[in-house]
Amino acid sequence: MDEVWVFIEGRLGRIEAVSWELLGKGLELSQALKGRLASLWIGSKPEGTADEAIAYGAERVYLIEEPRLEIYQSEVYASLMANLITEYKPKIVLLGATSIGSDLAPRVAAKVGTGLTAHCVELYIEEYNGRPCLIQVIPGFGGNLMVRLVCPERRPQMATIRPGVMERPIRDASRKGEIIWVTPNIKEEWFRAQVIEVVEEEPSGTILEEAEVVVAGGWGLYSSGGFEPVEKLAKVLGGEVAGTRPAVDRGWISEDRMIGQSGRSVSPRLFISVGASGATHFTTGFLKSKTILAIDQNPEAPIFEVCDIGIVGDLKKLLPCLVKKLSGKRRGAEESCPLPSG
Amino acid sequence: MGLDIVVCLKQVPHPEHLSRVSLDPVTKTMIRHGIPTVINPPDRNAIEEGLKIKERFSGKVVAISMGPLQAKKALEEALAMGVDKAILLCDRAFAGADTLATAYTLSCAIQKLGYFDLILCGNETVDSGTSQVPPQLAEFLNIPHLTQVKEIEFVDEKALVVKRALKGGYMRIQLQVPAVLAVVKEINKPRLPTVAGIIEVAQKEITTWGLAALGVEDNRVGLAGSPTRVIDVVKYKSSRRGEILQGLPEEVVREAIKRLQELEAL
Repeated sequence: MDEVWVFIEGRLGRIEAVSWELLGKGLELSQALKGRLASLWIGSKPEGTADEAIAYGAERVYLIEEPRLEIYQSEVYASLMANLITEYKPKIVLLGATSIGSDLAPRVAAKVGTGLTAHCVELYIEEYNGRPCLIQVIPGFGGNLMVRLVCPERRPQMATIRPGVMERPIRDASRKGEIIWVTPNIKEEWFRAQVIEVVEEEPSGTILEEAEVVVAGGWGLYSSGGFEPVEKLAKVLGGEVAGTRPAVDRGWISEDRMIGQSGRSVSPRLFISVGASGATHFTTGFLKSKTILAIDQNPEAPIFEVCDIGIVGDLKKLLPCLVKKLSGKRRGAEESCPLPSG
Repeated sequence: MGLDIVVCLKQVPHPEHLSRVSLDPVTKTMIRHGIPTVINPPDRNAIEEGLKIKERFSGKVVAISMGPLQAKKALEEALAMGVDKAILLCDRAFAGADTLATAYTLSCAIQKLGYFDLILCGNETVDSGTSQVPPQLAEFLNIPHLTQVKEIEFVDEKALVVKRALKGGYMRIQLQVPAVLAVVKEINKPRLPTVAGIIEVAQKEITTWGLAALGVEDNRVGLAGSPTRVIDVVKYKSSRRGEILQGLPEEVVREAIKRLQELEAL
């Protein structure tokens, strides 16, 4: 039977939520293939992991358990996963595009000699060259372009998906599934790189993904005097600041506040984009926000095709005005904006 | 003695002009005519790290890039920063490569070079951002890899301790050379090319290797060696209303706030 696999990523006893999100999408894909959804977990203490995976839709769970597998190590995990893929021949393998999944997936794909796509925003089954294939959609460049990719010949078809992109399925504890314990044949040579410590750091400030309001700035702020208005706007709204790749490159925000395909995905109540033209690399990071407000000087900017409300105009004038009105609103008083000069 | 360091780099569209890059609907390749190019930003950090390591232990830093002839510009910049030697992998047969074919081609070039201790890459490119090439390159070379590297500390010339970023913290890992390390921006501040460096570029040569020089099968490189295929490029259709306001700042701002309140966003 055709299998769709989802890698269950756990660290220090916690399972990354993206694993469950991928089981939701995985079930859809396995049904389209009239196959089975399976999940793979590697580690040292599975505890309730298999039951959880089954409750989220896995019909089969492969568990590779060994004390030496407690901490993620690239070569060890990649070798075990590649060996299991060679043995069971799944048609599709999905992993979270996390710091571990993005490290593991490419090495596994190279070991089994198959294709891998990164940061997919949509996945579905469609006939291609006469056989059912996984269509992998990734954001393209410029405008609002999406690129559809396929891995026509080789199997498995592998893809990584960022946390928060797929919906988390409903947990149903009454679901039944089969657990397969795999005895790992671990080779000493896989430990050429050895983890000596794992250090957890206190997260600084609010987690971007949980913010109610996110204000993100882009390159357009350069010509209008910098990033400060974005910070002010976020402050009056009690929101978090974020930005585009160019904003990171300019040093306006830290890399962990970058929104987009290779950054964070957020879905706040209100997302405000300021001075960003709206390349898909950026926009895919906030498309699921409840309301999107876009502000830019270029009326042709593609950002205006993905927003609920767009304001076209000079950022230098618009932003102070917006900040003033919003802070005025907070104090319950209407204030007037400085008159535009020229 | 000293360390033989290879830095892999890619010429990419200038990040501020990324949105101008489009895809040719017929050939499905990137159209980037007239768009300024740069060395992929984290690759500059890889160059810097390589130069720093060379300054400490002596040795040689070789920069390798796969791309069209124009990519020589990126290699020249690497030479001006202080890299000793540059190799451009350029052949029509290399075009259209996905990450697997790219990593394979790079691995063949590095093997042709001969001995190497450390291979440094940027963790991801700004144009496609997959982060897939470094681990795949390490697999083809059968050496360990580490991604999201933010600190490299040498215990001695062959043994190192590497700090790798993780969600909510980091890992420290010890390993021996050879290895592939994919570095992130925080690792260092890349130096700028010096005037002396720019003058020296004229004396340094950029070697170009094609398919024949690498002695590889053409079905393992470029589009032919790529398991993935682009089907097409589709326009993203947003279901949002996209109401555009234009006019006097005070008026449009007041109107926008009113709409946001109607949408319960404020």
